[in-house]
Amino acid sequence: MRQIYLDYSATTPVKQEVLEAMLPYFTENFGNPSSLYTTGSLSRDAIIKAREQVAHLIGAKDKEIFFTSSGTESDNWAVKGVAESLKEKGNHIITTMIEHPAILRTCENLETKGYRVTYLPVDQDGRISSSQLADAITDETILVSIMTVNNEIGTIQDIPELCRLSKEKNRNLVFHTDAVQALGNMPIDVKTWGVDLMSISGHKIYGPKGIGALYIKPGTRIANFMHGGSQEAKRRAGTENLTGIIGFGKAAEIAERELEGHIHHSRELRDYFIDQVTRRIENVTLNGSREHRHPGNVNLTFDFIEGEAMLLYLDMNGIAVSTGSACSSASLTPSHVLTCLGVPLEKIHGSLRFTMGDFTTKEDLDYTIEKLTEIVARLRSMSPVSKEKGW
Amino acid sequence: MGMYNDKVMDHFMNPHNIGELENPDGIGTYGSPVCGDMMQISIRVENDVITDAKFKTFGCGSAIASSSVATDMIIGMTIEEALAVTNKQIVNELGGLPAVKIHCSVLADHAIKSAIYDYATKHGKTYAGLEGFDPNAEEDDHEGCDIEE
Repeated sequence: MRQIYLDYSATTPVKQEVLEAMLPYFTENFGNPSSLYTTGSLSRDAIIKAREQVAHLIGAKDKEIFFTSSGTESDNWAVKGVAESLKEKGNHIITTMIEHPAILRTCENLETKGYRVTYLPVDQDGRISSSQLADAITDETILVSIMTVNNEIGTIQDIPELCRLSKEKNRNLVFHTDAVQALGNMPIDVKTWGVDLMSISGHKIYGPKGIGALYIKPGTRIANFMHGGSQEAKRRAGTENLTGIIGFGKAAEIAERELEGHIHHSRELRDYFIDQVTRRIENVTLNGSREHRHPGNVNLTFDFIEGEAMLLYLDMNGIAVSTGSACSSASLTPSHVLTCLGVPLEKIHGSLRFTMGDFTTKEDLDYTIEKLTEIVARLRSMSPVSKEKGW
Repeated sequence: MGMYNDKVMDHFMNPHNIGELENPDGIGTYGSPVCGDMMQISIRVENDVITDAKFKTFGCGSAIASSSVATDMIIGMTIEEALAVTNKQIVNELGGLPAVKIHCSVLADHAIKSAIYDYATKHGKTYAGLEGFDPNAEEDDHEGCDIEE
């Protein structure tokens, strides 16, 4: 059966070129980068190169990149590290209601330890208001953490402007952005953006899983998170994930080289898909911003039917997508992001996220649209609610 | 999909008894789209035996599969037998469901009772199995959708 992967925001396949760069470091050049002999120094050299490749993709210097195990670890390090380091200066943290759980759960954890957290709301497009951000900042504010691109609805925030504004209100605060979904999907330049910390991850840009990084602007006050050996300039202990780092580096190099083409390709597919689906299926709405949107993200609500049922039928046809329906989550909670946009619960249950990437073709989308049209019609014929009967 | 067993997937992919009977003898619904699951059952009754049943369900895979198997089960049953069907029996008939799914997505026993309640009301009948049953209790019952915080 034909297999169509439309969940690139969940993870991406490792590109062949990336895999080939990694392979020798599993078996031949497997040395511990901390070892002094030759295979150790080969590993060290490979890490130096990879650090440059990752740094270059976001306009950073190599010594400002610290490898971690994941975007989640980078987020944890950023939030907890700043909170600990600046606890004498204040106890107030500002973030948004639509952050990734890696930020939200970490902030909630800090609330149990005496920190005060402001969760900024978003408008119906998923954008935060700069005036609400400015109003929330006080002398006690030590950290502002705002994601660059939302993982569910793909909404892009104006990070350079929000960062500038935050520092204008309180020049001592630290500005962090979770750019995991943004990386490789839009131009990023930490210097012109002015951010102090940025979380990124390898497996969203055709690199391997289990590798992330935190960009730390020199002089930023942030306590160490992982204690142990002197790896990563004594900032993040633990034997380096050598193959992961090399894979991340190669993936970053490719992402930079192909950035423009990738964005163009994704955006064309995204717009084609939105256009075709909304034209061919009734009672469908796009969730999130049409304008400020990740180039490969489509998040749609199909009225009168439920997302997990759609997802399973699509899967039986070889098509992989995700849903914001409560029924698909282990905790049975509907998407917090769609809830924050003000999407009614019954419509959240009927939401599907399609995310496109480098290996997606127009033919894949035509096949998906054909199957989707059938599936929606079939599930609607089974549903006790309808356009005629109402909810 | 690894989450559901083959029997559940079969009932989900090829559900039995979909639709709505014309001029049903009884019809009932339970749940709400706000909570993610809603089921409607219509029944045909002859001499206190359910001769036909059809369902319409808004919900996930297990909601649709359990609706399908539940309507299969009650066709041919007497009213009192159908009133005694429990969600546990429905889940067993499906060969089990993931634990997290059972509470929220198996609405059939309540929907069956609602349909029979409708039949009983319209036809002036009383059944021991309907004692204390309130078809409108669902609003309070389901308030907040039992969503975990």
